[in-house]
Amino acid sequence: MKIMTCPVNGPRNISEFQWLGPVHDTAEATDADLLNRLFFAPNPMGVLREWWRHTPSNTVFIAERDLTTDEILRSYLKGSDADRTASPA
Amino acid sequence: MNNRLGNGWGSRIDRNASMAFTFEGRPVTAHPGDTIASALAANGEWVLSRSFKYHRPRGVLTMAGQDANTLVQIGDEANVRADLREAAQGMAVTPLNVSGSLRRDRGRIIDRLGRFLPVGFYYRTFFGPGKNSWLKLWEPIIRASAGLGTVSLTPARRHYAKETRHCDLLVVGAGPAGLAAAITAAKAGADVILVEKEPELGGALTYARFDANAADAACKLAELRDKAAAAGITVLTGATCNGRFADNWMPVLQGDRLIRIRAAELVLATGAHEQPLIFRNNDLPGVMLSSAAQRLMRHYGVRPGQRAVVYAGDRDGYLAALDLDDAGVRIAAVVDPETEDRDGLSDVLIQRGLTVMRGCRITEAQGNRGGLHLKSVEIRDDNGTATSLDCDLLVVAGGYTPGYQLALHAGARLTSDDSGTRFSITGMPPHVHLAGAAAGLSDLGAVVASGEIAGTRAAAGLGLLPAQDLPAPVQARWRRAVPSQAHPKGRDFVDFDEDLQVKDIENAIADGYRELELIKRYSTVGMGPSQGRHAALATARIVARKTARSLAEVGITTSRPPFGPEKLGLLADTTPERYRHTALHAVHQAAGARMSPVGAWWRPLAYPGTAPMSDAIRREIRLVREAVGMLDVSTLGKLELRGKDAATFLDRIYTMAHARQPVGRVRYCLALNEMGSILDDGVAYRLAEDHFYVTATTGAVERLYAEMMLQKTLWGMEVDIQNVTAAFAAINLTGPHAREVLQRLPGSIDFTREGFAYLDGRSGELAGCPVRAMRIGFTGELSYELHLPQSHAPALWAALAQAGAEPYGLEASRMLRLEKGHIIIGQDTDALSTPDELDMGWALSRKKPFHVGKAATEQRRAMGRKRQLCGFVLPGGNDAGIGESSLVLSNGQPIGHVTSFGHSPTLGKWIGLAYAAPEDAKPGSQIRLRGFSATEIKAPVVALPFYDADNTRQEI
Repeated sequence: MKIMTCPVNGPRNISEFQWLGPVHDTAEATDADLLNRLFFAPNPMGVLREWWRHTPSNTVFIAERDLTTDEILRSYLKGSDADRTASPA
Repeated sequence: MNNRLGNGWGSRIDRNASMAFTFEGRPVTAHPGDTIASALAANGEWVLSRSFKYHRPRGVLTMAGQDANTLVQIGDEANVRADLREAAQGMAVTPLNVSGSLRRDRGRIIDRLGRFLPVGFYYRTFFGPGKNSWLKLWEPIIRASAGLGTVSLTPARRHYAKETRHCDLLVVGAGPAGLAAAITAAKAGADVILVEKEPELGGALTYARFDANAADAACKLAELRDKAAAAGITVLTGATCNGRFADNWMPVLQGDRLIRIRAAELVLATGAHEQPLIFRNNDLPGVMLSSAAQRLMRHYGVRPGQRAVVYAGDRDGYLAALDLDDAGVRIAAVVDPETEDRDGLSDVLIQRGLTVMRGCRITEAQGNRGGLHLKSVEIRDDNGTATSLDCDLLVVAGGYTPGYQLALHAGARLTSDDSGTRFSITGMPPHVHLAGAAAGLSDLGAVVASGEIAGTRAAAGLGLLPAQDLPAPVQARWRRAVPSQAHPKGRDFVDFDEDLQVKDIENAIADGYRELELIKRYSTVGMGPSQGRHAALATARIVARKTARSLAEVGITTSRPPFGPEKLGLLADTTPERYRHTALHAVHQAAGARMSPVGAWWRPLAYPGTAPMSDAIRREIRLVREAVGMLDVSTLGKLELRGKDAATFLDRIYTMAHARQPVGRVRYCLALNEMGSILDDGVAYRLAEDHFYVTATTGAVERLYAEMMLQKTLWGMEVDIQNVTAAFAAINLTGPHAREVLQRLPGSIDFTREGFAYLDGRSGELAGCPVRAMRIGFTGELSYELHLPQSHAPALWAALAQAGAEPYGLEASRMLRLEKGHIIIGQDTDALSTPDELDMGWALSRKKPFHVGKAATEQRRAMGRKRQLCGFVLPGGNDAGIGESSLVLSNGQPIGHVTSFGHSPTLGKWIGLAYAAPEDAKPGSQIRLRGFSATEIKAPVVALPFYDADNTRQEI
């Protein structure tokens, strides 16, 4: 079983986590790019920023995952220093 | 016959004690420490089983539990590996796949019919003579003649245990490399678990010979065992690491125990699988691997034969010959395929007076009468000159394949060395280290050094040793091997489990299969119990030769867990099924309710008592329509939202307007996802300016709560969201007499018609219980939903009953809401349902600039709807067998389905909801339905709701 690091609770089994989808640039899509967002989901050969939730503690955070290796590179809370320095997805 | 060697041999057996068991009914004597196979061999029993397809006699091959030859049955335990399982007093062992007796198996006739059973025969034969000949005629015959153990349908109860452990370093394999790695890391301060499949530590040091001087290995073994004991290592013997999963999560099987180990670092010292040699009749009992002969002698003191021929495909053949000579086995010849002496070991043999035949190959073995044991071997030199030597033992050192399975689970690759005759492992992921024979090493010094390096690297990964001092990873160093040739007369087995010969693999290629994966599927090579440990390399070599590619290009099929067999008892999930009871569960049971699981919850379907269910449901529907009923709706999802942004937050999550919702009012909530599909519905009761109490459907609350948490984080809003589903119970009191019931109870809430209007919410005390009351309704009657802390629920339920309310169940509730045309999310909606398809445009606020799904709803509206939910009634009875999920047809094509359906006692009609083509879905039109009896009928579409069209009843 994979291990994921919750920014609040530390490394835990992946079964404690829920995937909530990719991080988008802005919360509200305009009509023009809504269809792109819905039907052309990002599937990069590389790193994707994703929303995850640690379900027992109800912590929602961002994780960077390499989609080619399934390696979880780092995880952090929204608005943290790591989030501010992360490149937009 | 007694095949025991003298003292000095047999490290695992206790010669001072004896016991007895039976094999196929014959008595067998054994010493404590013997395996079933070693005891049988000591008693002169060399045939252990009959092969899967041709019923050929098979005997000891690896003595390491790595082959299918030694599978036996012990009572109700099937497929026991006789060369691993310790013999026990009184055990009754029987062979597998035998018709009659092992020595005179009636199935052996199939061996002569082999040419009628070519590779892939089951794909191409057995189609006739009749239409169902395969099922009725051929399959039963094949099932009876091919197969492994017998599964008992009444097995004895056994207890299986599971445990979870954590460690810094897990070392798999306690040979010299694994021991060295474990000792090195433990000395550096690591918490180490060492897993070993054998009952003792030492691996090859316990049976193999590493040099002409046999004493070196014994010294090294004692030294490593002493150091391991001093280093404080946790040792698991008789344990198999059966797989490697993500982030070093490993299942270890030890008897009837499954140990799940999470390790920060992993060292794989999994050794190597010695490879058989391919020649005609290479499966005869008496033909065994050099490691098997050495294990028989060193571990169990069993003489593997009287007169031996040794094939030295690598250095270990010479070393095994020295062991055999030491044990007093006469050696007819040592056969070396190379023309020159590479190891300097042949001189040692010649000095002992042994014959070495260089530049020669084994081409054929002949059996005695009945083919039950080896009688002689045919040897050919490079000129093709044949020599025949009598012998009852052929010891084969055919080279090695690294123990690649766990490494491949971890993501490494199996590649070929430059000479293209062997496999090596490359591309190990971080935190996994390879050592010893698995890394291709054979020299004892190099093996131990590689273990120390792996242990150091693991310790560095743990931060226990400075990383810059790391020695370079060990490079593989391979021994020589010579490719084997096909024999023109066949019976040269590549895969012993599946009885596949060289020509079978060649024919699979001739049939058009070039890729190893396809050859495996077509021929079943490597699919048997030994999972290609002895067949993968040989098959890949044949495919490489026949398709003019290199071994690396051919590769092997991927290795996946499990490594070895797993008992179902170990895999069975022993955690009890999790379910939820409402606070009123015991009350329902006492009232004679028929309970049923709904998701995780148990809910009352109806309260029939001793009456038939259908009568009870009709009675409960009438109760609500004519008097007053109460339903336990505690399973509803319940959320508390507090904070200055609570109203704004709801405005963005739900489609209706909540910002200006007055305190003390209740409003319907509809949540969409980004695609504009319906996610959930419920109601929101504004308790204060900054405080809402929100309900959600039973099944969707977890998903909705997660969605709310994400959106809250995304939007950075000041709102606190709590899932209080389990904390609150809820009772729906409904029916024309509902108000009288409430007014009979003491309390602080004004339940008068004027004081408590439809869609009002009130908090206060009722019958001594703190309640949140909402005047909403699913049934269309005058209804109050009473929410209260769950511990108070039985008291309020009893007070309501005292005041005249009777309980009704879920079945009545489903019909009551259907009569009113109310949808159930998840039953009347699916992942694509839009509010427009449900005629719920009224629920979409047009004033709000944003809610989740708003933009998508507008875009989908512009695209036009493809289906529409509508109500229908059956013109008469339900002879066509219409039911939920019956198809709705338009121009002969399915366009939708019936989502809700049932007989309404209130209306005296069959009514339902269905998705239909928009043009058919208008009242006055008709839709075409196909019943489960395949008859099609037309049903008139009617306006919703079916009952009380003006909704006057809920307003009384």
